[in-house]
Amino acid sequence: MTAPEPRVAVGVRGLTVRLGGNLIVDRMDLDVIEGEWVTIIGPNGAGKSTALRAIGGLLPFDGRIDLNGTPVDRVPRRERAKTVATVAQTPVVPPGMHVLDYVLLGRTPYIRPLGRESRSDLAAVDDVLNELDLERLAGRRLDTLSGGERQRVFLARALAQGARITLLDEPTSALDIGHQQEVLELVDRLRAERGLTVLATMHDLSVAGEYADRLVLLAGGRVVAAGTPREVLTEDLLATHYRVKVRVIDGEQGPLVVPVRG
Amino acid sequence: MSIRLDEASPAKAKPAGLRPVWFAGGIVAVLVAVVAGLALGPVSLPPGSVAAELLNLLPGVRIHSGLNDREVAIVTQLRLPRVVLGLLVGGMLAMAGAAYQGVFRNPLADPHLLGVAAGAGLGVTAVIATRTATGDATSNLPIGVPLAAFLGAIGAVALTWILGATGGRSRTPATLILAGVAVSAFLAAAQTFLMQRHVDTLREVYSWLLGRLATAGWHDVLLVLPYAAVTGAIVLSQRRELDVLTVGDEEATSLGLHPQRSRYLLLIAASLGTAAAVSVSGLIGFVGIIVPHTLRLLAGASYRAILPLSVLFGGAFLTLTDLVARTVAGPAEIPIGVVTAFLGAPFFVLVLRTNRSVSP
Repeated sequence: MTAPEPRVAVGVRGLTVRLGGNLIVDRMDLDVIEGEWVTIIGPNGAGKSTALRAIGGLLPFDGRIDLNGTPVDRVPRRERAKTVATVAQTPVVPPGMHVLDYVLLGRTPYIRPLGRESRSDLAAVDDVLNELDLERLAGRRLDTLSGGERQRVFLARALAQGARITLLDEPTSALDIGHQQEVLELVDRLRAERGLTVLATMHDLSVAGEYADRLVLLAGGRVVAAGTPREVLTEDLLATHYRVKVRVIDGEQGPLVVPVRG
Repeated sequence: MSIRLDEASPAKAKPAGLRPVWFAGGIVAVLVAVVAGLALGPVSLPPGSVAAELLNLLPGVRIHSGLNDREVAIVTQLRLPRVVLGLLVGGMLAMAGAAYQGVFRNPLADPHLLGVAAGAGLGVTAVIATRTATGDATSNLPIGVPLAAFLGAIGAVALTWILGATGGRSRTPATLILAGVAVSAFLAAAQTFLMQRHVDTLREVYSWLLGRLATAGWHDVLLVLPYAAVTGAIVLSQRRELDVLTVGDEEATSLGLHPQRSRYLLLIAASLGTAAAVSVSGLIGFVGIIVPHTLRLLAGASYRAILPLSVLFGGAFLTLTDLVARTVAGPAEIPIGVVTAFLGAPFFVLVLRTNRSVSP
């Protein structure tokens, strides 16, 4: 007996994205195994968000993107929304919308045209609100919540989609370090409990390395390094691609990256 | 912005939607408007008798209302078609306004700001102006008028849509409104030109332009009814989609929606409704802003509440406005479009001031 082949949740081959005639992502390859957490890092303009949006089926692209073995551009939208959930970098906060209704939007792919939320949709949302400790906020307006609370609500909507693949675009960019950690710990717990596959983009390299199983370093739209945090977060690689002098210190959970003055 | 008192309530939150109490409120508003619209006027009749006479219209009902034949005729033949038309036109304008606001994600979107009404107006003017002058503003409108209005409306909204993205910029609510203003101005000029070329029908066009329910007969009601039914069915079917669209196109796509498909469907339906309303009642502005916006503040931001309530409260609002228009300066009538503008313009400023961001 051999161990079962690990399933590739996200398979990317030769992904190329052009926006307004500019080449943003250039022949990117990437495999994310089911249950894995992979974070794409790279300097501003490297194409991190663009790659993530293409993988979520939100941008036209060349090349091939498979989600659970099926090409993303051949799956009907509703089916795709049940497979992959995206949390945008700065999600739109609809004025006046309550938390419960916002999280219920995550059930959209399960609601037939002309239909309305079923009991199971409401139950799924209750479940998510409960799990993310948001029940207390369910009747609050989203535009009255703090940044950390909002980020939890954004995650809740993605979870309500019931998709096993979660794409997080800079999930902590607007949060202080306390809330940053809280949100990432939450994602990690959900990954374990719900068997989620997480593909994220992140700016904070130390934090990225602490949570991800593997890192992918993108520069100028191309993958220039990929591997475990220890393999990718090296002083040489970072100096080359971020054009900055850094010290990499060995931390308990992974390498810690500290920029130092030239 | 509104402050909801139930925000801190520990009670279990309920999903947004049409609350029974609001629906009941809408029905009551319609009934009050209908009875007031039928009872008040140059000849004022007791509301109770009018209500009884209304019930008598139902098959199998026979109540002694105490009204004489002449008064019954005033209620059922003169005032009733006008009241029904007010309900239909007001409901459609308010619902179309709410739909435009959702499609463009802009609380100030309105059939008039997007050029839709001007386009419909040009279409109607073209038909009235070019037919043989009858010299009689009360004569029935030609059957092709709603169609001409619809073609004008769709043409105008398409033009606004295209101009809203000129210069390679992406469409924002602001560029769309600016484009709508330009399109409206252009179409209004074209309309004026047409009117000048056909002076013989000027009076007829003018009386129609100012907005009128005055000449309403059952003919107008029947003319507009099919359009109202189609518009209502399509727009109401998209109420949940409109809620999803509030998070923007990209997120709506990631939730499994086809934002453009919903948007086009809603634009066509709302333009059809606006065109039908304009073709029978002329240019009645601001109903599409006042009603949905007030409802948004009071009954919540969900289109699942705003759209059906707009139909009810829009209808009631226009019927009551018409009552003001025909009684306040009696026996003369003020054009209803003038009354809604008197109410609407200050309201528009209020919306501008209370919305921190007009482009959400």
